[in-house]
Amino acid sequence: METYSFLREFADSWMLLLLFGVFVGMVFWVFRPGSRKVHQDTANIPFRHEDRPAPDQEAPK
Amino acid sequence: MNTGTQNYVKLVVLALATLFAMIAASYARDLAYQVHMVIFMIVGAGLFLTTLRATDEPIKPIPTNEYFDSVVRAGVIATAFWGVVGFLVGVVIAFQLAFPSLNFEWAEGYANFGRLRPLHTSAVIFAFGGNALIATSFFVVQRTSAARLWGGNLGWFVFWGYQLFIVLAATGYLLGGTQSKEYAEPEWYVDIWLTIVWVAYLACFLGTIVKRKEPHIYVANWFFLGFIVTVAMLHIVNNISIPVSIWGSKSVQVFSGVQDAMVQWWYGHNAVGFFLTAGFLGMMYYFVPKQAERPVFSYKLSIIHFWALIFLYIWAGPHHLHYTALPDWASTLGMVFSIILWMPSWGGMINGLMTLQGAWDKLRTDPVLRMMVTSLAFYGMSTFEGPMMSIRSVNSLSHYTDWTIGHVHSGALGWNGLITFGALYYLVPVLWKRERLYSLSLVSWHFWLATIGIVLYAASMWVTGIMEGLMWREVDANGFLVNSFADTVSAKFPMYVVRGLGGVLFLSGAVIMCYNLWMTVRAAPAKAALGTAVPAE
Repeated sequence: METYSFLREFADSWMLLLLFGVFVGMVFWVFRPGSRKVHQDTANIPFRHEDRPAPDQEAPK
Repeated sequence: MNTGTQNYVKLVVLALATLFAMIAASYARDLAYQVHMVIFMIVGAGLFLTTLRATDEPIKPIPTNEYFDSVVRAGVIATAFWGVVGFLVGVVIAFQLAFPSLNFEWAEGYANFGRLRPLHTSAVIFAFGGNALIATSFFVVQRTSAARLWGGNLGWFVFWGYQLFIVLAATGYLLGGTQSKEYAEPEWYVDIWLTIVWVAYLACFLGTIVKRKEPHIYVANWFFLGFIVTVAMLHIVNNISIPVSIWGSKSVQVFSGVQDAMVQWWYGHNAVGFFLTAGFLGMMYYFVPKQAERPVFSYKLSIIHFWALIFLYIWAGPHHLHYTALPDWASTLGMVFSIILWMPSWGGMINGLMTLQGAWDKLRTDPVLRMMVTSLAFYGMSTFEGPMMSIRSVNSLSHYTDWTIGHVHSGALGWNGLITFGALYYLVPVLWKRERLYSLSLVSWHFWLATIGIVLYAASMWVTGIMEGLMWREVDANGFLVNSFADTVSAKFPMYVVRGLGGVLFLSGAVIMCYNLWMTVRAAPAKAALGTAVPAE
């Protein structure tokens, strides 16, 4: 099969399925149990460390 | 490698670059190239001298316990400056369209509409928008990573390198150095320069994310990162060209025909999608919560918003090529994805607007927040209008008419402009450590001038665009076209004047903003001693 037809068929079959699967997987991952606490914490990031970077010793979390 | 050796390497590189620019300027085959090489030569020689002057001098240590804000301050100034320049050129060309005699005889070949139009689009998108994106992304990534910008003074290279790109692009257009690709007009050596600057930008941004002190990457950084990476890819693919000579600005595109058109609009629409949408959404997800003093409405929705936008936008380009040599399946694909895009766009808009839940009263007292909310409303409006116009049958009426120009401006002035103004109003007091803005009533003046200006612009372009589209397709009983092209041009005159006036209002609003920001730095009371900052929650 010539390259164009091969890529064309691959793109609208397996690649499409893969990308769609990744997207759906992402949505499920967002709604996984226990994500609410993580998201609440992350959403508040802009309200911390406004004036200066976090000191180095705080790094490991 | 210690900094001493580093300086010697820098000196060698700068000397060689300056020498090359000198040779190139003397061999130059065209004026644009010659002027650019002289600019390169002056910049290279100046940097050589300053580097030489600094060699073996004691080096100031970089304060790691502070944010790198000087480069953000420079970016704020550049954004305001290029904004006014870009809007001014826009007003000039709007009146050139209404009154063709403004294409002066003596400026023919330099300042006629054809030369100034790309200057306007690049000045507002890349100079105003680009500087706003670089400045805000540097500001946001440091604060949401709780880390100083990675790369030491590389941030300064990104800033000044980008200004050099803007100057090269702008002078190139006026002197005729263009590869005639919309929003990608700069010629090959300017493209290469931008690629170098952009890689440094990516390194600064990604480096800061890697050394972050927060366990998670805040959603604004996802949008900024998506913007930086995708724009790099788009820029490189759309600018694959072979220079005719290394001593001239002319180059030949590698793609040809419909492939070239498809690559161009894959680039062009994703410049809208990733530069003007994803990047500015990064701004929105930081500055709207900050100004409203509450976290984003739904963090889950923001993640879905990001991935849906990224997955869908990249396909939408073919809707620029309905009824062309592009195969039908490809333009249908572009159309379908454009319509699906409506969902994540409105999801994002709702997420931004609902952030104000419980704080709607702030709209009455805070004109900066009002500006941000209006920008979201314009985002919603133009992301509804866009998918509608991508439908083939609607497009057959709207394409090539002023409707398209109106659509672009309601998005660019309304969404990109207003959210940027909002961010600048937030940033200046923070960056210059001022208690507050100089005058809130001047912000209100700016808000109303800008909003009325956009309404005049969009409304006049709807009228003239639809009228023009209908006139072009009107046929008489025998099947002959009723109107000539010149008939549509003369019928559009009143709307062109209204559009120009809308531009004047928008420009004067921006000038008022510059005065207000200037006075904020000069006259507003300084913020009380540092260290009293209290976390908002």
